[in-house]
Amino acid sequence: MRRAYFKANWIAALLVAPQLLIIFVFFYWPASQALYWSLTLEQPWGGGNTWVGFENFRTLLSDAYYWNSVRVSFVFAIASTALAMSMALVLALFADRQLRGYKFFRVGMIWPYAIAAPAVGLAFRFVFNPHAGILSYINEVLPGFWDPTVNGTQAVIMVVVAGAWKSIAYNFIFFLAALQSIPRSLIEASAMDGAGPMRRMRDLQLPLIAPTFFFILVINITDSFTDSFGIVDVLTGGGPARATDLLVYKIYADGFRGFDYSGAAAQSVILMVLVMALTFVQFRYIERRVHYT
Amino acid sequence: MADISIRNVAKSYGKDSIMQGVNLEIRNREFVVILGPSGCGKSTLLRMIAGLEAITAGEIAIAGQVVNDLEPRQRGCAMVFQNYALYPHMTVAENIGYALKVAGVGRAERRAAVERVAQSVGLNEFLDRRPGQLSGGQRQRVAMARAIIREPRVFLFDEPLSNLDAKLRVQMRHEIRRIHNRIEATSVFVTHDQHEGMTLADRLVVMNKGTIEQVGTPEEIYDHPASVYVGGFIGSPAMNFLPGQVSAARAAVVLGDGQVLDLPRDVATAADGQLVQVGLRPEQLTIVAPGTAELQARVDFVEELGSGRLYHLLVEDLPLTVLSPDKHALRDGDAVGVTVRPDALHLFGAESGRRIDARGARVAAPQVVPA
Repeated sequence: MRRAYFKANWIAALLVAPQLLIIFVFFYWPASQALYWSLTLEQPWGGGNTWVGFENFRTLLSDAYYWNSVRVSFVFAIASTALAMSMALVLALFADRQLRGYKFFRVGMIWPYAIAAPAVGLAFRFVFNPHAGILSYINEVLPGFWDPTVNGTQAVIMVVVAGAWKSIAYNFIFFLAALQSIPRSLIEASAMDGAGPMRRMRDLQLPLIAPTFFFILVINITDSFTDSFGIVDVLTGGGPARATDLLVYKIYADGFRGFDYSGAAAQSVILMVLVMALTFVQFRYIERRVHYT
Repeated sequence: MADISIRNVAKSYGKDSIMQGVNLEIRNREFVVILGPSGCGKSTLLRMIAGLEAITAGEIAIAGQVVNDLEPRQRGCAMVFQNYALYPHMTVAENIGYALKVAGVGRAERRAAVERVAQSVGLNEFLDRRPGQLSGGQRQRVAMARAIIREPRVFLFDEPLSNLDAKLRVQMRHEIRRIHNRIEATSVFVTHDQHEGMTLADRLVVMNKGTIEQVGTPEEIYDHPASVYVGGFIGSPAMNFLPGQVSAARAAVVLGDGQVLDLPRDVATAADGQLVQVGLRPEQLTIVAPGTAELQARVDFVEELGSGRLYHLLVEDLPLTVLSPDKHALRDGDAVGVTVRPDALHLFGAESGRRIDARGARVAAPQVVPA
């Protein structure tokens, strides 16, 4: 790639300044503040703080509730990512087979991604309501069959489905675009070589969309750790019995309901490091295997 | 045995009809080249044989079996694509062996077959490379090897040489012909390049706007073009056309400016009074001193070709090119005479565009070998 250089450095600085300013105000500043708080004991009503070193982290890591939250978060991340990606991929493969109005899909299908998480949560609260939702009919026949307000596993399923639904459309668009970018002649060549549709999918389409697959994987995993607050908050409030107490939700609950600012800050730092580590691992070990040219 | 019968085949996309009533019989082991400009339907016809394009009407049979409703893989055809269509994530060996892998051939046997075929097209050293690491010519060979390994009954080529540079194109052309001779398959080759068509074909099929204009050996098509279209399309530099009218009384065709070219008496009698286009190939005309030949012309300009010269003349206002190895010392505007050999004169109906032959009848629309 050709790179252009500016002769005067101040022009370059001026051009990147707005972006830097935004990142600074909304990331570096709060992140460093959180880091500072996580190393102090912050008073809930203001009035100074005390330096405690890694005491907050020690407390957290010996807290069973916190480890429960970590476990639930991983279950949620893996399950919702798997569901969102597999559903999106299946839909995209179907759509790619015979497609007219691709542009319509692209615009029409992106909307769920644009809906705020609490709104999604609210919608699914109705859908999964044990008394009025779609499963309430089963409850009429088998009383108590479905009640996510009591059954923790069902609550997790509900949150996973709602979280996945929000990403499916987004994933679908990317998968479809990737499938559409595979030259038609490649598919035709493999048809001439005797491969049927399933075989073509396995040998050609999936390997060739691997870069997109990887990108979507990173986005989905990251999103499910950091962007699931609204859904949990509206659907379950972290319950029942902390069954859906995701890391990001626990930060909010401990910090703004429990007024444990320092503990919440420490959790934020851990979550941040975790997401960065996951992304790093994915880039380092998976991305390397998906490029073929 | 794999003869191909194309009977009354038509193709339309929605309301747009792009091919109407095409009939063609391709004999077993024949090398047929379908020639035409882009958009004439030649690739579509090939893809219909392959099974990549649905047949709107009519039927196609391979080795006596109607294949209209068969999947590509059931037709026993192999195809070489214009852009090669190699699988970018597979090595050369995997690309070549893919058809066998799909067919469930064991690893060892596959490896042996891949090596044998790679050997025959000179690819042994590249088996572990990816297509992205190969040159255009090498990719072309991989595409060929991938088709050969299946030992197909029918070989389909969709403009396989058009992405190569001129020198490589000639080399690959020879190689394709050699492979065809070695393998007992029927080959159908689509191209817009008349040199490829002339040199490769046992029989040439000239297409235009979704119909077949003429079918014949390259020689037949060059010597007896069935229409103005074929005459103008085949041959380089292109055939000259001069309008005129046939006169039986003078046993000649009278050109627009009153000049007269002799015709055989039977042709002149049969076509008496018809308005015609006279087709003259530049390489069959000879420049002589003014007044000593049938046709009088003026020099417009001259192009140097190295091996000879291309003389651009004017007959009245109409351009007439003459290709000659002789280097005449002529200046722009000089008067010259042009000799027209009787066998070099092609006569076409001015309106129909069809050839008028010795029997005076217009040559019937596409010459079709009956099924």
